This record gives sequence, C-alpha cells and structure tokens, in this order.
Amino acid sequence: MEYKGVWTIAEAHEGDLKAVSFELLSRGRKLADELEEELVSVLIGGKVKEERVKELIQRGADRVILVEDPLLDRFIVETYSKVLIDLIDKKKPEIILSAATVNGRTLMPHVAMRIHAGLTADCTELGIEETTRNLLQTRPAIGGNILATIKSPDSRPQMATVRPKSSRPLELDESREGVVERIEFSRDLYDDRVKHLETISGGEEDINIQESDIVVSGGKGMKKIDNFKMLSDLAHAMGGVVGASRDAVDRGWARYPQQVGLSGKTVTPNVYFAIGISGAIQHLAGMKTAETIIAINTDEDATIFQVSDFGIVGDLFDVLPLLTQKLAKEVK
Amino acid sequence: MNIIVPIKQVPETSNVKMDTETGTMMRDGVESIINPLDLYAIEIAIQVKESHGGRVTVVTMGPPSADKALREALAMGCDDGVLISDRKFAGADTWSTAYVLVKAIEKIGAVDLIIAGERATDGDTGQVGPNIASAMDLPLATYVSRIDAVTGTSITVERMTEEGYEKLRLPLPALLTVVKEISYPRLPTLRGKQRARKTDIPTYSVADLDVVENHLGLTGSPTRVVKIETPKVTRGGKIYKVVDDHSLEEAVDGLIEFMKKKEII
Ligand SMILES: Cc1cc2nc3c(=O)[nH]c(=O)nc-3n(C[C@H](O)[C@H](O)[C@H](O)COP(=O)(O)OP(=O)(O)OC[C@H]3O[C@@H](n4cnc5c(N)ncnc54)[C@H](O)[C@@H]3O)c2cc1C
Ligand SMILES: Nc1ncnc2c1ncn2[C@@H]1O[C@H](COP(=O)(O)O)[C@@H](O)[C@H]1O
Repeated sequence: MEYKGVWTIAEAHEGDLKAVSFELLSRGRKLADELEEELVSVLIGGKVKEERVKELIQRGADRVILVEDPLLDRFIVETYSKVLIDLIDKKKPEIILSAATVNGRTLMPHVAMRIHAGLTADCTELGIEETTRNLLQTRPAIGGNILATIKSPDSRPQMATVRPKSSRPLELDESREGVVERIEFSRDLYDDRVKHLETISGGEEDINIQESDIVVSGGKGMKKIDNFKMLSDLAHAMGGVVGASRDAVDRGWARYPQQVGLSGKTVTPNVYFAIGISGAIQHLAGMKTAETIIAINTDEDATIFQVSDFGIVGDLFDVLPLLTQKLAKEVK
Repeated sequence: MNIIVPIKQVPETSNVKMDTETGTMMRDGVESIINPLDLYAIEIAIQVKESHGGRVTVVTMGPPSADKALREALAMGCDDGVLISDRKFAGADTWSTAYVLVKAIEKIGAVDLIIAGERATDGDTGQVGPNIASAMDLPLATYVSRIDAVTGTSITVERMTEEGYEKLRLPLPALLTVVKEISYPRLPTLRGKQRARKTDIPTYSVADLDVVENHLGLTGSPTRVVKIETPKVTRGGKIYKVVDDHSLEEAVDGLIEFMKKKEII
C-alpha cells in the first residue's frame, strides 16, 4: 500500500483542544494542497467537546480520526505510541506533524524509533521538494546559529514536530465539511505500567510562556525580584506573560518554566520584550524567531539591539513606569 | 541501583561571539564540553546512587576524544565510563544514535534506571532519550524536574508540562530525561579527578556490539541534511536614545506608536 495523506496530531487538555492543534492544521493544509492529498487531524484522548472536534474541520482538516476513551484521558506515552503506530500501520500516512510541545516531543520519537521513520525536531518551516515530493523540514540548530533543512527520502511516514506559535490557525470557516471517523480504542494497546498520580498546576498564570502572543522578559538589569512586578504590570496591561533570562532565574527572580533560551524554553510570540537583557547567544536561541522584538537596555552596545525591531537605550526604571502609565490610557 | 547516564560531547558555545557582518558564529578555538544539560542528569544520578547505593555508568557515542567527557563525569563522581566509538557510527542521526546506544546499554548489563539529558545543545532535538526508552520498551518520563521517591521497584517523579507539573510513578527499570530544575551540578573534586585519570574506560566498536551494519552511521539514518544556512541575526530596528526627560517622553511615545502600527495594541 502506498503512503498517502498528511496527518497532524491534535492535543487535548482537560476536555478541550490546545491552540497548537489548529496551528498545525494551517501547516498541514498547505502541504496537503500541494500534494493534492487529504489532511487528517488525529485526536487521541479522553472526551473532547463536540464543537471543538468540529472546529478541526472548520479550520482546515478534511477528516478527523478520533480515538476517544476514558483510559486515554491522560497522556501516557507508552499507550499513545501504540495507538498511533496502530493507526499508521492501518492507514499509511505520508507525513505526520505534531507540535513541539512536551508531549509531542515525547510521543513522536517514541513512535519514530519503532517504525524506523525519520523525525525532525522543532521545525519552523515546512515545504515540499518539487522533484521528489519529499517533505523539506527546516529548523534552527546549534542554539539558533544555523538553519538546517532536512528530509527523510526513503522512510515513511515523514515525521516532524513543529514549533508552537510558528504559524497561525486558519480562519474559522463554518461551511467547511469533513468526516469524523471514530476508531474504537482496542484495550490490548493499553499499557498501564506508568501511573499518573497527580496534576500540579503551575500556580501563576504566567507559566505558559510558549502559548502567549506577548512575552515580557526581564534579565539581570531588573536588579531585584520586587522589580519583576513592573514586568507583570506591563504584561497584564497587554494580555501577555512574563519570561526571564537565565541570570534572572538563577537569582530566583523568576521560575525555571519562565526561562527563555538554550537551556530554557523557545518562544515564538508576536511580540517579545527583552528588558534588562544583554542578548547572549544562549538567550537569543530561545527568542530570535519572535515576530517582533522590543528591547530596553542602558548599554547601547548590547547585542540585543542587533536583533530588535525597536530599541530604547535607556534606564528601564525610567522607561517602564512611563510606558505602563501611557499604555493604560491606550488600551482603555 | 545500576544507573546509566548517556552523555554527549558538544562544542562549547558560551563564549562564542557572533560575527555581526555575516551573522555567523565565530568558532575559532571552540572547545568540546559535556552537553551542559547532561550535567543535571549526571548530578541527579549521583544523588540517587548516594542515597540508594549502586553504580553510575556514563556512556557516550562519539570520536575517541569524547573520552575526555567521560573522565569529567567520573571526576564528578560517576563510577564507570564506556566509550562507543567507530568510524562506522559517524553521521548517525537520532535514530541510529539511539540504536547503537541501546546495543551498548544491553552489553553493559542489568540496568535499573537510565537518565538522559533533556536535549543536546548542538543538535537540539531531545529525541535520543525517548528513542532509547521506546527501543528497550522501558517506561518513560520526559522533562522530569524532581524525583519524589525511589523504591526498589519504582520511581515517582514530577514532570514539567506547559500547564505546570504532573506526578508519575514508573516501575523500574525506567528511563527519565531531566530538565535543569532537577539539580545543581557539583564540581569535580581533586580526588575525583585523580580517580578518573586512573579508571579504565572500555571502548566498544562495531565488532563488540550485536548490531546490524545497515542501521549504523549515515546509512542507518533515515534523515538527511540537505542544506545549512546561517540566518542573519541583525534586524536593524529603530533605536531611541534616552538622555533626558524629553527624549524619554519621545522614546515611549515612539514605542506606543510602533506597537499601534504593528497592531500589538
Ligand atoms: C550552556 C549555557 C546555557 C545557557 N542557557 C541560557 C538560557 O536558556 N537563557 C538565558 O537567558 N541565558 C542562558 N545562558 C546564559 C547566557 O550566556 C547569559 O549569561 C544570560 O543570558 C545573561 O542574562 P542577562 O541578559 O539577564 O544578564 P546580563 O548579561 O548581565 O545583562 C543584563 C543587561 O541589563 C542591562 N541593564 C542593567 N541595568 C539596567 C537598567 N537600569 N535599565 C536597562 N538595562 C539595564 C545591562 O546593560 C545588560 O545588558 C546559558 C549559558 C550557558 C553557558
Ligand atoms: N552520541 C551520544 N552519546 C550518548 N548520549 C547521547 C548522544 N546523543 C544524545 N545523547 C543523550 O540524549 C540526550 C538528548 O540528545 P539529543 O536527542 O541529541 O538532543 C542527551 O542529553 C544525551 O543524554
């Protein structure tokens, strides 16, 4: 049987779908159109709201493959991997895309290993090679210093994880129609070795810096933990969240999940604020792909200004209060 | 408790400067170091050994010079090192790397726990850990930020997710990949360094491992790099300089204008 069709892996969380599920569909739509093949959204999970499942079709999918079962409510990689491999065996997709989230980056290598498929991590661009119809996968490597384009010429399916926020979901089109194909979860795929004991919420809403459109990050220039309040004020005024450099995290001014960079998270928001951050390459590795970068720093030679779309050479303790004050008037 | 920590040697990039003209990394005299994220795996492995007994074995697949990375890990307090080195392994992608590591781990013998780094800072994929767990059918927890409890038969961990954390219990043997939050790596001691120098580190080559040759190196790797580009870092945005109250006012107004134009606000 020939390998055909483009699959994207939807991610469920507490009965809802994560935004990345829809971002992947806009990537997948382009590839499927170019290949003139079907775009399928695969959803493995517990019960997900009907209208959200429908939304997968309204935002680009031709088909939704739904494997729903209470036993699949939590992401347990051993079971999810078996379910996905079972689907791949039966339906032979040509391309599988998942989000480069903690779960996507766990599931995909688990699957790829067993089926001996090529897998490219954390891609920021995808395309089809004209002559061969192979998937071309482009990703930053070596701390963002190079962009590598990778393909898997001989193995199928071609698998890739895609950086969250690196594409926007398609507009909702209520007239779009498609098929929802329910596949029963066969219990012999259930692996119960790993037990989920508890979910501990991050506490502050600020933790999920990868899913926010606006990230306001502070570095050593913030001087002390109390000053981070200025960042959350600014962030909240615009509906954003607070990130940090490693120096700020190491000093205990912010928490590790907020760290942006080589040894922290990679973010691709609409707007990234670097405030009191020098722009070391390890920091740039985590934010260079942001749509717009705004920097505030006293040192006009700071590297961060080289990657900025807008920079203010000045004392953040002068700039921030005035900015927050003026912004409050604007957004009102 | 037999613990194996797979580590990778990577180019040291912390002092690397960018050539702002060409946007490339200036690599002159770049040294090789242990993947910084693997230090957290080494540290937590030593801590588990210290409280539960056993041995920590570090393994690396790489050129003969990767011996240095293993000795550094021994100096920190690991007990044994294994170097996996052969020209035939060169050019391996994550699939083939994991394949060879699995064969080497099987040769090392009974293992209770494998602890890998979150990802290597050069290839930056984070795939090798999950690959190994998959091939060996070991229970897997990725992005582990805390070990809550270890018994003779299970390990309870906290795993970092986008939403916070989740607590998992895995039966042993199991594989973890760990994030920076889990530990603070210790420095090598003088005694450790002396011991590391004297430790015998075996090298496994293709002949020592039960491997299928066409799964090795470039041949065994499903992925191919077709192109490498060095993206320009410079964006050349507008810069305002604040020298007094007036220029401060101007800069902030300029920023607000900019954000309006970009439809940020
Ligand atoms: C293996 C490895 C991994 C790493 N991973 C990461 C990572 O994931 N993320 C990360 O961020 N770093 C990482 N680093 C560290 C990185 O090299 C830098 O040390 C770090 O990013 C610096 O943080 P910073 O910009 O906050 O501090 P600094 O470099 O000290 O910069 C502070 C800046 O604040 C400015 N400033 C001071 N006062 C004011 C003021 N009043 N108003 C305005 N500006 C002011 C200064 O001019 C300066 O530019 C890593 C390093 C290594 C070796
Ligand atoms: N060549 C290698 N030898 C030993 N361990 C490796 C090797 N490559 C990767 N690893 C391990 O796998 C982790 C993830 O690496 P990567 O998938 O390359 O990002 C690293 O942190 C190491 O623990």
